[in-house]
Amino acid sequence: MENRQKIIEVTNLVKRFGDFVANDNLTFDVYEGEVFGFLGANGAGKTTAMRILCGLLHPTSGKILVAGWDAATHPEDIKKNIGYMSQKFSLYEDMTVIENIRFYGGIYGLSRTEVKSKIKEMIEKVGIGGLENKLIRELPIGWKQKLAFAVAIFHDPKIVFLDEPTGGVDPFTRRQFWGMIYDAAKSGITVFVTTHYMDEAEYCDRVSIMDNGKIVALDTPANLKKQFAVASMNDVFIKIVRPELL
Amino acid sequence: MKRMMGFIMKEILHIVRDYRTIIIVFALPTIQILLFGLVVSMDIKNIHVGVMDNSKDDVTRAIVQKIAATERFKISEVLYSSEDIDRAFKEGNINCAIIFENNFARKLKNEKKAEIGLILDGSEPNTANLTANYTMSIVRKYQEENIPIDLKITQVKPQILMHYNPQLKSAYMFVPGVIALILLMICVLMTSVSITREKEFGSMEVLLVSPLRPIQIILGKVAPYLFLSIIDVVIILLMSYFIFDLPMKGSIVLLLLESCLFITLALSLGIFISTIATNMQQAMFISLIGLLMPSMILSGFMIPIENMPDIYHYISLIMPSRWFIVIIKNIMIKGAGFWAVQVETYVLLGMTIFFIALSAKRFKIRLD
Amino acid sequence: MNNEIYIHIDKISKSYGNVLALDSVSLDIGKNELFGFIGPDGAGKTSLFRILTTLILPNSGSATIAGYDVVKDYKILRHNLGYMPGKFSLYQDLSVEENLKFFASVFGSNIKENYYLIESIYSHLEPFKKRRAAQLSGGMKQKLALCCALIHKPDLLVLDEPTTGVDAVSRYEFWIMLKKLRDNGITIIVSTPYMDEASLCDRVALIQNGKIMTVDSPQGIVDSFNYKLYAAKSNYKSDLITLLENDTRIRSAFAFGETIHITLMDEAISIEVIESDLKNILPDLTIFRTNPNIEDCFLQIGSGDGK
Repeated sequence: MENRQKIIEVTNLVKRFGDFVANDNLTFDVYEGEVFGFLGANGAGKTTAMRILCGLLHPTSGKILVAGWDAATHPEDIKKNIGYMSQKFSLYEDMTVIENIRFYGGIYGLSRTEVKSKIKEMIEKVGIGGLENKLIRELPIGWKQKLAFAVAIFHDPKIVFLDEPTGGVDPFTRRQFWGMIYDAAKSGITVFVTTHYMDEAEYCDRVSIMDNGKIVALDTPANLKKQFAVASMNDVFIKIVRPELL
Repeated sequence: MKRMMGFIMKEILHIVRDYRTIIIVFALPTIQILLFGLVVSMDIKNIHVGVMDNSKDDVTRAIVQKIAATERFKISEVLYSSEDIDRAFKEGNINCAIIFENNFARKLKNEKKAEIGLILDGSEPNTANLTANYTMSIVRKYQEENIPIDLKITQVKPQILMHYNPQLKSAYMFVPGVIALILLMICVLMTSVSITREKEFGSMEVLLVSPLRPIQIILGKVAPYLFLSIIDVVIILLMSYFIFDLPMKGSIVLLLLESCLFITLALSLGIFISTIATNMQQAMFISLIGLLMPSMILSGFMIPIENMPDIYHYISLIMPSRWFIVIIKNIMIKGAGFWAVQVETYVLLGMTIFFIALSAKRFKIRLD
Repeated sequence: MNNEIYIHIDKISKSYGNVLALDSVSLDIGKNELFGFIGPDGAGKTSLFRILTTLILPNSGSATIAGYDVVKDYKILRHNLGYMPGKFSLYQDLSVEENLKFFASVFGSNIKENYYLIESIYSHLEPFKKRRAAQLSGGMKQKLALCCALIHKPDLLVLDEPTTGVDAVSRYEFWIMLKKLRDNGITIIVSTPYMDEASLCDRVALIQNGKIMTVDSPQGIVDSFNYKLYAAKSNYKSDLITLLENDTRIRSAFAFGETIHITLMDEAISIEVIESDLKNILPDLTIFRTNPNIEDCFLQIGSGDGK
């Protein structure tokens, strides 16, 4: 894996809110085409770090390169090269499937013809043929999330950031979703995902765990389990963050 | 550029799909135009005149007839003494009194001048000014038509007295309206927003599933605003008395009691709105556009009701603040007692009972 | 279930417009049980809970709690329930302490009276007791919400998705607390989309699309899995899944972390044959027998959206 290109390079990232240090000297790299799991307890600083990588928040200090652009000086260029999806918000509920796709296509600078041809492809992939003209709020949540992911990578971004994308989704659809993630990774899109489902951590190529603003573990799931002598990522997590529980 | 077009399209879709935004965008300007265009007329109408004719000669009768002939004026009463005049003003029967001194015609002929006294209701300074001007123009016209050219040096001199507001302070107009407006704002807007906020954030669920009875939830929500409003009324009254020199001719106790009645009405309106609105935005919208704005315009606060076209008279009857402003003015400026404002008080009382009952009926003990 | 019936639900149905949220749901919950409703979003958990807490009316069917009808006797029930709905986490602009005091007073209690119930939970919050609720992390908010629901010692605690969006550690701690509370005599019903939390309940109902698929103890559900379950492992995960999905001998293949859980179309087929076949394509493949968990059962009896 190490001879792949680095698509995200973070060196000594610090983010302070007044006295509170949300990100305390983070250093890590993400390789092109990886499925990278970004885990941590609530309040550990994950969301802050992700926002900085997406160009949404200004770092206090440190060198952060995302898709070749410096996050501190060129956040707008980063935004052009990434996709984003979160559990809280994916698509506009009062617009139809097609309207959402067209809108996001337009935002990312795709021409009408490009959008048209890709729409067909996407609808087939997600499997919602026949429902193109339904309002998003009329779709069950599983399809919403799959669709949201498809829209997030519609413009073939270099990296897609997923913030707890499978929260509350049924186990069947969750697996389909991860199937879509693998397909995206195979086609060269780097996937940066946070999740509270520990079994999903196992699906990632590498995983980092944050605690109290710092990265306390970073490796493949297999190596982490070996290192902490436990059988599952769930136990790795507990052992790192609250060892006294085990 | 294309990105922006896409974004604009999306915004248009949001707007079109949300009927509330359509209402704001189209209904609002329409309402505003109707209200401001038709209602605001810098003209006077329906001025009730009382005549005290100490002379009763043909000149005075001719002048009175001319006045009666105008559309704008209506001779309501014939007055016989200054006590009469006072009473007529207090009871609200007249806006203006015209007094002819005795031996009017003879004085005009012999001394070349006679006096007409004009007493106007200064609590509406704009109207008062216009009334004075108009009356004077009628008298002048009479002069021109009837007094021979060489006697033009005769004059009918008006003595204009602004009753209740000798210095014609505009504060007289504004302060009562301001009290009403502030009370409406605090009680209606804040209460409705506060209750719908619980609904929106989901905490209403938890409160319902508790021993708290719905009436306790409402009273609990409303009590702080009741308290704050009374303090506000006192502050405004103190300021208007000391800073604006507004008189406090009537009973303060009566004024505060009437204010409490109005506050209760406003609170029940706020509760009622919270039973219609499902979130804070709606509550704010209905409170501001549905109630506060029409109140401001149609309650006689800025524009006297008499000056509006008839249809607005009828609409203004359902505006609670219209009645309250009359009550305040009468108590503060004219020193009226309860009997003089009893009609208005009963109207407010009726409205309060109506809205409390309606809200009680509508307040849901469940989420459905 | 071996104790008296505490909650009796009889053919409850609920629709919103033409969406059927609950489809003739019936089940019984015993006194002092820690009972879990496991299912994805949209399954009907929140609707059912709102009916039980007397907040909405069912379209048909009935339910009683401790013998009281949820429709007719709502006033009584509202005195004895502790309820925390999903999205609400207390008054954001009040401090930890102020929130707790408020909820205690609403139920005519005070913090001292039932402090023993919340002690172990509150100890995590105590250092932050003056902090505004808005500034707490997700896990802390859930703990505070639990304290506020408990402070008046309800007979029944109803928690709607209390662990959603909370990290694995906090979830684990939360469930330990729930067990302690059950030991203190409180009946608890919880809903959660996390399948692994099912094993922490006394009994569990698997719910999807408004229907209850099964009700049993976690062990009972696992025991009722009626196929032999195997785990297939290879470093080429996505290739392996594709192979398995296209193999006609394989009935189901679902990713489960490191491995893929598979069941066979015909139990008579030898798993070794399949293993050696696939090893021709993926040499590092291993297949071994494994025990099912709740999620395996859910996948077997449930379905994905729109299927």
